[in-house]
Amino acid sequence: MDFTIIIFILLIPMAIFLLLGIFNQKIKPAVSGYLGVLGLLASTLLSFYTAYQYFFVNGKSNEVYQTFVEKTLWMEFTETLHFDMGILIDPISVMMLIVVSLISLMVHIYSRGYMKGDEGYTKFFAFLSLFTFSMYGLVLASNLFQLYVFWELVGVSSYLLIGYYYTKASAVAAAKKAFIVTRFADLGFLIGILTIGYYAGTYDFGVLNDPGGTAIMNWAATSFMGLSALTWALILIFIGGAGKSAMFPLHIWLPDAMEGPTPVSALIHAATMVVAGVYLVARLFPMFYFVEQGFALNIVAYVGAFSALFAAIIAIVQTDIKRVLAYSTMSQLGYMMLALGVSGYYANEGLGFMASMFHLFTHAMFKALLFLGAGSILHAVHSNFLRDMGGLRKHMPITHITFLIAALAIAGVPPLAGFWSKDEILAAAYEHNKLIYIVGVLVAGLTAFYIFRIYFGIFWGKEKKYEHTPQEAPLSMTFPMLFLAFMSISAGFIPFGKFITADKIEFLAPIHYPLAAIAVGAGSMGIVIAWLFYKKESDLADKFAKTFGAFYKWTVAKFYFDEIYLFVAKKIMFNKVAAPIAKFDKKYVDGTMAAIGNKTVLTSEKIKGMQSGRVQDYAFAFVAGIIMIALLSIYLWPT
Amino acid sequence: MDFSNFLLMRQEIFLLAIILVLIIAEMFMPRKKKGSIVHLSIFLFGIHTVAGFLGIHESSMFGGMFRTNGLIHFFKNLLDVGVLIILLQSADWLQEKIVPQDNVAEYLILLFSSLLGLYFMISAGDFLMFYLGLELSSLPIAALAAYETAKRKSSEAGIKFILSAALASGISLFGISLLYATSGSIYFDDLLVLITSSRLSILGMILFFAGLAFKISLVPFHFWTADVYEGAPIGIASYLSVISKGAAAFILLILLFTILKPLMHVWENIVYGIAIATMFIGNLFALRQKNMKRFLAFSSIAQAGFILLGLIVGNQLGMATVIYFVLVYVFSNLAAFGVVQAISLRTGKEHMNDYEGLYRTNPNLSLVLMLGLFSLAGIPPLAGFFGKFFLFTAAASEGYYLLVFLAVVNVTISLYYYLLVVRAMFLRKSDRPIPFFKNGIYMRLGLIIAVLGILILGFYGPLYDYIYELSGSFNY
Repeated sequence: MDFTIIIFILLIPMAIFLLLGIFNQKIKPAVSGYLGVLGLLASTLLSFYTAYQYFFVNGKSNEVYQTFVEKTLWMEFTETLHFDMGILIDPISVMMLIVVSLISLMVHIYSRGYMKGDEGYTKFFAFLSLFTFSMYGLVLASNLFQLYVFWELVGVSSYLLIGYYYTKASAVAAAKKAFIVTRFADLGFLIGILTIGYYAGTYDFGVLNDPGGTAIMNWAATSFMGLSALTWALILIFIGGAGKSAMFPLHIWLPDAMEGPTPVSALIHAATMVVAGVYLVARLFPMFYFVEQGFALNIVAYVGAFSALFAAIIAIVQTDIKRVLAYSTMSQLGYMMLALGVSGYYANEGLGFMASMFHLFTHAMFKALLFLGAGSILHAVHSNFLRDMGGLRKHMPITHITFLIAALAIAGVPPLAGFWSKDEILAAAYEHNKLIYIVGVLVAGLTAFYIFRIYFGIFWGKEKKYEHTPQEAPLSMTFPMLFLAFMSISAGFIPFGKFITADKIEFLAPIHYPLAAIAVGAGSMGIVIAWLFYKKESDLADKFAKTFGAFYKWTVAKFYFDEIYLFVAKKIMFNKVAAPIAKFDKKYVDGTMAAIGNKTVLTSEKIKGMQSGRVQDYAFAFVAGIIMIALLSIYLWPT
Repeated sequence: MDFSNFLLMRQEIFLLAIILVLIIAEMFMPRKKKGSIVHLSIFLFGIHTVAGFLGIHESSMFGGMFRTNGLIHFFKNLLDVGVLIILLQSADWLQEKIVPQDNVAEYLILLFSSLLGLYFMISAGDFLMFYLGLELSSLPIAALAAYETAKRKSSEAGIKFILSAALASGISLFGISLLYATSGSIYFDDLLVLITSSRLSILGMILFFAGLAFKISLVPFHFWTADVYEGAPIGIASYLSVISKGAAAFILLILLFTILKPLMHVWENIVYGIAIATMFIGNLFALRQKNMKRFLAFSSIAQAGFILLGLIVGNQLGMATVIYFVLVYVFSNLAAFGVVQAISLRTGKEHMNDYEGLYRTNPNLSLVLMLGLFSLAGIPPLAGFFGKFFLFTAAASEGYYLLVFLAVVNVTISLYYYLLVVRAMFLRKSDRPIPFFKNGIYMRLGLIIAVLGILILGFYGPLYDYIYELSGSFNY
């Protein structure tokens, strides 16, 4: 592989970040927009070139996709345990390059229209570039530690972008929430990394993931509380992944993160950063699969399935369209996690792995499209809420059509992209675990329902009184939407099994007609019900909601998770733990330090008489000093 | 002897030539044009400094009385750079205060003579040359300290210095004679094998040590420091605090590590005790100083205590860390002294309270002073941090954990008082702050070189490795 080209994929966004960041005030907004787009375009072309080289020219040897690594030593602890900085090229990292490049490029183009006239236009593009750089670094990382470094960088750029409207209190609060919740999860990740370093003795993905390597072969060597130490490490690492990918119960930051500008939601909180958790599990998939017969992987499966269902239920009753999409994202991420969780490793058993990556790819396309569509709608009606929208299909034809395509894709209607990847996931789940399969079908139905609920609510129904007539977005915004709509239609036809599999040997993944029929049936039912409820304004939905009573209320309140967290944080953590510790710190730790300081100053006051200013005293001290030293040296310390 | 061998002494010869040129210039220049002597000397000394970086090979002459090698050569260059910075920083002061008195040439001649003495001292191959160098470096300083004849404090400084210096060099000479008495030679090469551990030779070593400890201002030989720094012209105070101190530390290092190595079991105890005493006394006194010059005097005593941490190690590592520390210390201390000098010259203010609100009126100066003080305090990533860090690791590598711990305690104390100045400049407001003023080109250049030293040495790693390599020039 040509690593000199690949390194530029990373360096270009970094350079643009520095350029825009340092000369923030001096660069005209128009220039900074073009710079951002052109830089990303260059990175995208290089990514595609890399992908072409890898998948079609020299990536395979003996029918197996090879892993290429180029790295430099950064810090060495032992022979095997060291921090490296490097680039790792294998099927999933190349696929992620494509996803990140494509979505980021589209979001850059879109932002030129969306952010027009914003005060911090240049700053915005600087942050976008920083994020893109960090994300590239994350997917290309050659070892766990490097991945962690970029993982945090991604978190920082996410924080900066959520809080982009820093004069808005809710945006600042959301940024803090996202940062603290994910940092909390990252603590687990860090402990997991250290545990891996200690018990596996290496951070290198090549060694860790080798099914015949020392790390996997010796997993049973050490155990802790009934499980292998490595299982614990993997669970801790998964906690980090669950934080970034908004898995239950660490999901609470994602809906609030919608306070950021909508292009940011599309890029970071729908298509790229939030899939980092999925990517992390996929990256360490051989470990998850082999260590302790996949104990940790089962946890991934159940957490994923539960999150998928949980989020889909909440999404049904949200009234803010961006929050609906946020919960939808969480639900679909759960889908990807459960697909990984039910996957095997060798050949066709690895269907779940392939399906998960496939869904990651297609989901990135249609979910980014949904967000960009939502952005275009917000742009036109200046509100996030469903109640302020209606009948927009006449005013915004392109947004309408592209949104419809994305909605059909996420609902799993053939032959759009979501259908294919969802089918593979359900097939994998069916083979492995019937319970998870049923949850999957249920979620498919719910997904179709909630997405068409907002679709009908936005584009059909009665027209609301708008301040000024909504208008279609400019070309800079519609072009990315059209492009992503094209991808949402066609991405499903990519034969993923040829490219991305757990054991890196290609296989054929056929369509499973009976399962597909069931999934499509569930999806269609969701769409039909949504059509009945929301196509025209009616009280059908309200009546229906009433029959659920308390459950409905619970759902609207998102099952009170925010309140539970607040209770735990404020009432228990702050009052019972933090406050006493703070008191102890102030009274005893600070007190001791202050006492030492005061004593020092006092001593210095006491000895000031030594410096008398008289030169004969100085001479006396001089000679006395010599005599004392001489006596001590000659008589006290025997030679 | 081949005549080309004299090239070994080319730095000494060039410096002597500068001194002679200055004497001639003093005689023949009309009184009104005496000011240009300052420019001339800076120009000549600049050439001398740059030319000094030309390589030199290891050799000795005059039957071993004079020797040089890579490390000694490197250290001379360091002294040159330091003196150049001092010259640049005092140029304005010379023009305004000394030229009207019509004795500027003498000032420069005396300063260069003292530097010449330091050259001979560190290049010495026997005790005689060493002693001559020591004296040559000390005597002009007494005159220079008293140079501001209009000020009573300046004369006091001169007197105190000459008396203390006379005592110190007398005692040192006595020590040297005892060493000669026990071994029968004054040549370092012979002494390498001749020195034995007898009570008499130990006494000789201690007396000799005291003479250099005076120059480095180690406790209890430090009392003169604050008074002399306070009274002397600031250029001389900074010369004493970095150049003279650095050179003395360097030769002490070489002699302790080579010819006095057989007595290491004795001097390591002495150095241990003096290191602790010096760090604590220096820091505790610095804590309550309000006069910036006295403040820097005690801070420089405390810094000398840190040097001993590398001294106690007694091997190549200790040599390299001490020299690196001195290198860093030269730049850090000169940045601080330069600002104090600039402010003293323009406003006559030397009290810490006068510095309140300096950042508002003179942001650049206060930033330079801050960098200098932070580097002295050892805050990363400035050079001072690495200087201290290497010293501490060297001492720890030989198992002196308690000493390192006490040193760390002292770093904390020193941080406090360095921050006092920073706080005054940046956080305090004053009704009558020092008004804004512009510095001359020489002063600015002097400060810039010092700041560059602080910043670049902090980030440029290979220099330490280079010094470490050079430190192999001696057999330990």
